Amino acid sequence: MPIYFDHNATTPLDPRVLEAMLPYLADAAYGNPSSVHRYGRAARQALDTAREQVAALVGAQAMQLTFTSGGTEANNLALKGFAARHSHARMLVSAIEHAAVIEPAQVLATQGIAVEMIPVNGQGRVEPSALDALLRAGNIGLVSVMRANNETGVIQDIPAIAGRVRAAGAVLHCDAVQAAGKLPLDFGASGAHLMTISAHKIYGPRGVGALIVDKTLELEPLQHGGGQEKGLRGGTENLAAIVGFGVAAELARQELASRTEHARGLRDRLEGGLRGLPGTVIFGDGAERLSNTLQFGTPGFESETLLMSLDRKGIAVSSGSACHSGKTEPSHVLMAMDVERDLALSAIRVSLGQQNTPEEVDRFLEVFRGIVQGISAAIPNRATAG
Amino acid sequence: MSANPIYLDYAATTPVDPRVVEVMARCLSTDAAFGNPASSHAHGRAAAQIVEQARIQVAMLIGAEPEEVIFTSGATESNNLAIRGVAQFQRGRGRHIVTLKTEHKSVVDPCRQLEKEGWRVTWLKPQSDGLVDLAELEAALVADTVLVAIMHANNETGVVQDVAAIARLTRARGITFLVDATQSVGKLPLDLGALGVDLLSCSAHKLYGPKGIGALYVRRQPRAKLSPQMHGGGHERGLRPGTLATHQVAGFGEACRMAQQEMAGEQSRLAVLRERLWAGLSQLPEIWRNGHHGHSLASILNVSFGGVEGEALLADLDGLSISSGSACTSASAEPSYVLRALGRSDELAQASLRFSLGRWTTAAEIDTAIAQVTATVERLRALSPVWQAPVIPAVRRA
Repeated sequence: MPIYFDHNATTPLDPRVLEAMLPYLADAAYGNPSSVHRYGRAARQALDTAREQVAALVGAQAMQLTFTSGGTEANNLALKGFAARHSHARMLVSAIEHAAVIEPAQVLATQGIAVEMIPVNGQGRVEPSALDALLRAGNIGLVSVMRANNETGVIQDIPAIAGRVRAAGAVLHCDAVQAAGKLPLDFGASGAHLMTISAHKIYGPRGVGALIVDKTLELEPLQHGGGQEKGLRGGTENLAAIVGFGVAAELARQELASRTEHARGLRDRLEGGLRGLPGTVIFGDGAERLSNTLQFGTPGFESETLLMSLDRKGIAVSSGSACHSGKTEPSHVLMAMDVERDLALSAIRVSLGQQNTPEEVDRFLEVFRGIVQGISAAIPNRATAG
Repeated sequence: MSANPIYLDYAATTPVDPRVVEVMARCLSTDAAFGNPASSHAHGRAAAQIVEQARIQVAMLIGAEPEEVIFTSGATESNNLAIRGVAQFQRGRGRHIVTLKTEHKSVVDPCRQLEKEGWRVTWLKPQSDGLVDLAELEAALVADTVLVAIMHANNETGVVQDVAAIARLTRARGITFLVDATQSVGKLPLDLGALGVDLLSCSAHKLYGPKGIGALYVRRQPRAKLSPQMHGGGHERGLRPGTLATHQVAGFGEACRMAQQEMAGEQSRLAVLRERLWAGLSQLPEIWRNGHHGHSLASILNVSFGGVEGEALLADLDGLSISSGSACTSASAEPSYVLRALGRSDELAQASLRFSLGRWTTAAEIDTAIAQVTATVERLRALSPVWQAPVIPAVRRA
């Protein structure tokens, strides 16, 4: 049985979520939620219930929540939808955002908005002084800072950031795709105006996400036609996936404490074992991180080689974002943290989940040590981790 | 009142075929298939394999190359991507778009949005039978036209346009041609290898697949030119980023595979049922069939009823799941813009019903529908102060 340590890339569907989804896949409420007949009405009811469940996970109101096809679409809607309705000269985006935030920002840059990167420190944290300096120049529309980074797990102090952003008259978007289900989230109290979440990171199905939008904010829809989601996102709703999202969100909310504790125990065990390997660097280890995430570098080694060797031994991890698998550039997140390039190119990310066990952690350590020693032994002149 | 209304609204959405559910459930519960298809480890590769297999199944149904199939979250997204993508990419070349008044909202609304942003749109009015006048279309194509968007089969009337003829016009002028084939994929044979169509949109939930997944066909030879509308991650050849839902894609593929096998037989069966329905309904006087009968999907029948009020008609028929106008516009009380474009008065357009048949429709259901509609129409007419029953025996109108 292969060991799966890549939960930040995607999670397996929780059997309880599957059970809830099957009737909606099969027949019971197969109506189009926009149809006025009985099948349509039943579908609409299921839609409304799921909306409340997902909103509850992040401390938002149901009416603030718009379902999308996933986190990528929600991030695109947040940034582009905002820019289309508000004309400000500048946008700030943290240097460690996911591609689904950075690339829309780059597109907006080609359309005349000055997009600037908010730097992070060596621990991957946005420093208040750096943010203040950027905010002071004024004329800023949107600021985007993720709650927790998908590669390092480093957590940002969103309420503090939100306070500064609001004081500058700007709007805060928070990509909470990795944080939801791992940290308690309270959209209402956070000070953010926009928040992105995704089902397939919390043991829900792929194909559905959500954007939470503060009532005072108007966004231009990206997708027109049919008027669904109060006109903000046209298109027949993916009801089965939305129902799955609702159940996954409810489970995540109920089980947050136990999942976090379970993950932390395993992650700390893994880290303890890695610190035994001389030279290993854990990225962001001085900062508060998600309890399930660990990204580390092993000097003298290359991610791709390590990943392939681990894969051959039945262990699934990644180097950084799944969306960038197969690319040979170092992670932009690690570059923003001033990690030395060769070390960044050795990065391995472990992200644990609810079914992982201590035995799997021990097996990983055993296999990993074996690979490192094996490669070192094979290349005598190679600079070893020692 | 029976427990379950008779479902005659397949054009709005279809139940997911049990065989498709099985394929999807397997993907959702099997350990091997949950990986992120973009990941390079074994879990990712297993998922990617399923995705590519499904891509081939979709491609085969429409006569395309697998590389030409881009997965999206549905036809609405595909249409938005095609229309905005072409407009954006080709705006140096021109800012004129030609489409029909009778297109689905997912084409109409992005075109309207572009009008607000400075594009010119020519909204062609079809003939009263729903078919576009090819001479009028040709006359509308000018030097700075960059896109023609005309659907294959209309979702309200079932009318089927001659896309081959339209494609000859657009191909000769190097204009990109988008066909919204959401209602026709899996029902009418499509061979994009032979047809000069550049972009084609479709959605799984109209052919017994799940909601939330669709595709955009993007021609490679010659290459269709459009800009992506979502960014982040580079998936689907950069045209549509976002982690793919393996189970959705697999379900879509299976639905396409089944549709391909069963298409011919199913269309014949539905044609017979649809004519049975019309024969039964047309016992009523003062009713009219909307849309050309010959060039039409076998599964859709759209009828206008004189002397009744539309909302009352629909409300009384709660033993049937049908629609007046399209599902996506059910919430509004506006008369169908499609029927108005065909020349129906507001009153008649509002008093129209769309019956759309499908895989589980039976002759018995048709007969019950005939009985219920007939009874309701007669009752409403009897109550109406303005209805006058014809003095001579009913003239059966086409």
